[in-house]
Amino acid sequence: MTAALLETHALSKHFGALAAARQIDFRLDAGARHALIGPNGAGKTTFINLLTGVLRPSEGRILLKGQDVTNVAEANRVKLGIARTFQINRLFRGLSVLENVYIAVSERIGAASTMVAPAGRRPDVIEESMHLLDTLNLQDDAQLRISELPYGRQRLVEIAIALGLKPEVLLLDEPAAGVPSAESHIILNAIDELPKHIGVLIIDHDMDLVFRFAQRITVMVQGAVFAEGTPKEIGANADVRAVYLGQASHG
Amino acid sequence: MSATAAPSGLTGPALELSEHPAARMLIGRHRLRWWEPTPWILAIAFYFAFPSYLGFGTDLLITILFALSLDLALGYAGILTLGHAAFFGAGAYTVGLLAFNGVWSEPITSLILAAVVAAVVGFASGLVLLRTTGLTLLMLTLCTMLLLEEGANMAHEYTGGFDGLPSLSIPPIFGIFEFNPLYPHTQYIYSLVVLFVGFLLVRALIYSPFGQSLTGIRENMLRMHAVGSPVRWRLVTCYTISAAIAGVAGGLWAQTNAYVNLTTLSLDRAATVFIILILGGYGRLYGAFVGAVAYMVLSHFLARVYPTAWQLGLGLLLVVIALFARNGILGISESLWRRIQTMRRPS
Ligand SMILES: Nc1ncnc2c1ncn2[C@@H]1O[C@H](COP(=O)(O)OP(=O)(O)O)[C@@H](O)[C@H]1O
Ligand SMILES: [Mg+2]
Repeated sequence: MTAALLETHALSKHFGALAAARQIDFRLDAGARHALIGPNGAGKTTFINLLTGVLRPSEGRILLKGQDVTNVAEANRVKLGIARTFQINRLFRGLSVLENVYIAVSERIGAASTMVAPAGRRPDVIEESMHLLDTLNLQDDAQLRISELPYGRQRLVEIAIALGLKPEVLLLDEPAAGVPSAESHIILNAIDELPKHIGVLIIDHDMDLVFRFAQRITVMVQGAVFAEGTPKEIGANADVRAVYLGQASHG
Repeated sequence: MSATAAPSGLTGPALELSEHPAARMLIGRHRLRWWEPTPWILAIAFYFAFPSYLGFGTDLLITILFALSLDLALGYAGILTLGHAAFFGAGAYTVGLLAFNGVWSEPITSLILAAVVAAVVGFASGLVLLRTTGLTLLMLTLCTMLLLEEGANMAHEYTGGFDGLPSLSIPPIFGIFEFNPLYPHTQYIYSLVVLFVGFLLVRALIYSPFGQSLTGIRENMLRMHAVGSPVRWRLVTCYTISAAIAGVAGGLWAQTNAYVNLTTLSLDRAATVFIILILGGYGRLYGAFVGAVAYMVLSHFLARVYPTAWQLGLGLLLVVIALFARNGILGISESLWRRIQTMRRPS
């Protein structure tokens, strides 16, 4: 068996008495389209925080392409190819949409430590940023500040920043949450058009999206992996239906 | 000039960057704007118009440089510090000790030494303190400065304690231009030139990709980690540069006053420069200029009119700024300007 792109072994996280992640064994392959579902409070965001290094695990290991990254700092994991979006927008609110993406792209290509030349003299960074905004239909908003942008469009900037990092592993935490349905297709298209080789893990409550997008689905309940399989298997799993799918679609 | 962006749907590198307003803004924002020579013209005009106020003018220029250094750290990188006088004092005492003990007193190289010493203090303290943020950082920067002040006080054998080091003899600049305490023409022009150099440095920094990443840290430090930015190193670098510039301001102060004392290291000085920056508008490059002029001119005249209660007037002004104009004088001007622009524009 070849090394997975990203894998975890017995990954656990305790917040005091609360076990937000319990003994999670997980595997994401290159090119995978994987969905993570589960009721609110199941520990999905916590799991992403562990994968990205926002949180340190209480136990367990995280391997990226076979390399142990459990103790690698968040920023360095980004350099190794892990990028994410946040469930609740974390943007540079006082800066323009273009500047938001510029910051990500310039960090990736190593331009961000330049002190002597103006930021405007990096047409490579600006061009790539504008191109990214174009693919997300954000070009006409590029000069607006984030705070002037409707929430739904801010969600797109979240994705633009993550894509600007050209990740090999992309973790999307409810990317379409808060996006008006008229605009969610832009997000879905963007996800569809992601480079084929990158591994994508998406958390979402929209079952149509999940079943359309995912080749594999992991169901989390109370911090633990409850079930894993193809969409067909998950859809047919009576236990999953009972705890999750049977409920109202926003669990 | 209207916002006709490239038609959406146009993809690929064929994108005409300069056509797009956002890209055009980013490409051109570091270019000199028509009004930017104004402060320098005014400063030169002041030299000729108010020869008897050049002492005051020199003090003002040094304060602007100090406030500019704070703007880099506080306004751009969002480093909440109330201890910036630590670096001002480090620079001032470097110049003072070297000159007083007859070790070294050539003005320009002394300033460079002041910058180096202040940078070392900034780097060392930043390395420790910049792990923290917000109020903790505010308290720790304050404590660091007070420790330095107390240290300078206790080492009175060397520093002269509370009285400081009087009557420094500073040789003429290039061996030609003498510092005359009664007619501070040299001091004024010298300070103006040093301020200009410091300004150019800060201006270049804030428009650079590095400066852009500092604003990113200010706006959302957590997200900066998530885009792979070495946040702490960026902050320490910024803090060190800011400290060096503050050190130069302190060194200038010592040279132009020909003495050093504990006020260079005091909370009073740190709080004043903080207030000046808030008053002018932080994170705006010119806030330091506007704030310093407004503060110093106001306190100068208020102190004449109400010798006992002038600080009350300043206090009231600050309350008004804090309540109604978070972005200072420049912030108010900007929003007024924008309002005029929208009123002019045909609807
Ligand atoms: N930083 C934290 N400190 C304490 N408890 C936390 C923290 N983050 C999450 N939790 C708790 O962990 C559980 C899982 O939360 P989360 O991962 O956000 O769930 P999900 O994303 O699946 O809705 C919740 O009970 C939440 O309250
Ligand atoms: Mg969540």
